[in-house]
Amino acid sequence: MSGHSPKSRVTVAEPVWVKALIMLAALGFLGFFILLPLAAVFTEALRRGLGAYLEALVEPDALAAIRLTLLVAVIAVPVNVVFGVAAAWAIAKHKFPGKSLLLTLIDLPFSVSPVISGLVYVLLFGAHGLMGPFLREHGVQIVFAVPGLVLATMFITFPFVARELIPLMQAQGVDEEEAAITLGASGWQTFRRVTLPNIRWGLLYGVLLCNARAMGEFGAVSVVSGHIRGETNTMPLHVEILYNEYNFVAAFAVASLLAILALVTLVAKSLLEWRHGAELAATARRH
Amino acid sequence: MTASSGFSLFRRRNRSIIPGFGLTLGITLTHLTLIVLIPLAALMLRPWDIGLSGFINQVTEPRVLAALRLSFGAAFAAAAINAVFGLAVAWVLVRYDFPGRRVVDAIVDLPFALPTAVAGIALTSLYAPNGWVGQYLDPLGIKVAYTPLGVVVALTFIGLPFVVRTVQPVLEELDTELEEAAACLGASRFETFVRVIFPVIFPALLTGFALALARAVGEYGSVIFIAGNMPMVSEIAPLLIVIKLEQFNYAGAASVGIAMLILSFAMLLVINLLQRWSRRWAGV
Repeated sequence: MSGHSPKSRVTVAEPVWVKALIMLAALGFLGFFILLPLAAVFTEALRRGLGAYLEALVEPDALAAIRLTLLVAVIAVPVNVVFGVAAAWAIAKHKFPGKSLLLTLIDLPFSVSPVISGLVYVLLFGAHGLMGPFLREHGVQIVFAVPGLVLATMFITFPFVARELIPLMQAQGVDEEEAAITLGASGWQTFRRVTLPNIRWGLLYGVLLCNARAMGEFGAVSVVSGHIRGETNTMPLHVEILYNEYNFVAAFAVASLLAILALVTLVAKSLLEWRHGAELAATARRH
Repeated sequence: MTASSGFSLFRRRNRSIIPGFGLTLGITLTHLTLIVLIPLAALMLRPWDIGLSGFINQVTEPRVLAALRLSFGAAFAAAAINAVFGLAVAWVLVRYDFPGRRVVDAIVDLPFALPTAVAGIALTSLYAPNGWVGQYLDPLGIKVAYTPLGVVVALTFIGLPFVVRTVQPVLEELDTELEEAAACLGASRFETFVRVIFPVIFPALLTGFALALARAVGEYGSVIFIAGNMPMVSEIAPLLIVIKLEQFNYAGAASVGIAMLILSFAMLLVINLLQRWSRRWAGV
């Protein structure tokens, strides 16, 4: 009986003091870099009390910024959902040459600086851009207007839904879809009745991350916005303007809304991972 | 014309009975071309307005070189900090059980979800000379906000989840029997870590490092608030692109952008090679 389990003789754990040290390093690091900044946002926002906080949020320019942020997300996110589902259907359910090249191209926006993502649209549609003279003749304004904001946001959030769905649909294979088609279902019916129920949580997960980024994007949007108060200022850009005017309470008040959005996103994301982890892609945790 | 022949080529190879291939691939390629490829092509074409010598002049300006050095140097430092502490966080999350572990696990992703501008002003208020953290560092003569050190702090925040999220799954998969065997054969815990555990997680650690580095090099929103943006000292390359754009120096802005892309690409290539080499060593 005695010592028949090797585990009782062999230690595969660190000495207690090493364990304590690692815990301290890890949790201290997270405390400094995650909890403190989060606490700072809400403390600074409420520095002058709840009244000043709410006043900063209902101010017309702040409301315009909130509306614009919602508008940009409402356009950019659904477009990327359609693209993401289409890309995943083509890539995961079919075989064709050049697939890995296509995957690399889809990932491209992740490896480009946000500022460069905005820059490319200014080079294309700006007054001195390639298509600038043509656009001016026809009275169309893209850069320094809402269409530019939407385009830059779409560029930045381009891979989110596709990246989530492709590995998931690849892992699920094609058997169920093939059975449905063989039994006479149309392509659309197959997608709606067979594929969609299988990928709904993964899709929701991708939409969540895509939306968080779309509403919070700063660098790309900053380059194409032109910073016209009340017109082309999204919430993150409004935060910058208020901050640079030393209007810290208002800046942090608007920032606190974005922080709440981030927290809600994290909670929803964690719930999805805990409840439906098996139905999400294997790579889901990576994000 | 070439596009349609390309499609029929695809179709011939594709023996799946599942419909919708042409439609979905068409949507994908159209969207990709309009949103990503054409704009990036505009970036690639632009600097040649001023010729190759103009491009070289633009990117070898002392101010541009200083900005590139800061962007890449600070990103490297931040990714290194994240490699060390990210490994510790991943280890704690996988190996130790403590109350609130799931909450800690969830909150690691905050830098992905929190808009960068919010992170920027929050970190600045913390590390300013009168901030919660800054007030203790200031008497020691350590200045973080409005210095290159501030840039490193912001980039560390931005890259925090990458190393944790790449190392964590590998640690979870790691079989503790190997460690038991090593211990049975008389290895100390430290030796076991260095010779058994570390070689297996090293490729993942390197991937996390590379992702954090790539993200940090291009980061803009969180940095500009805390950096102070002094030319030659604490001005990052993406900010210089914005400044050149505001001066309507489109070719200059595009030149800096291309220089950044080339440098990042070269860096990732080196890391990729390093990774292959380390995989061969670890035998995985």
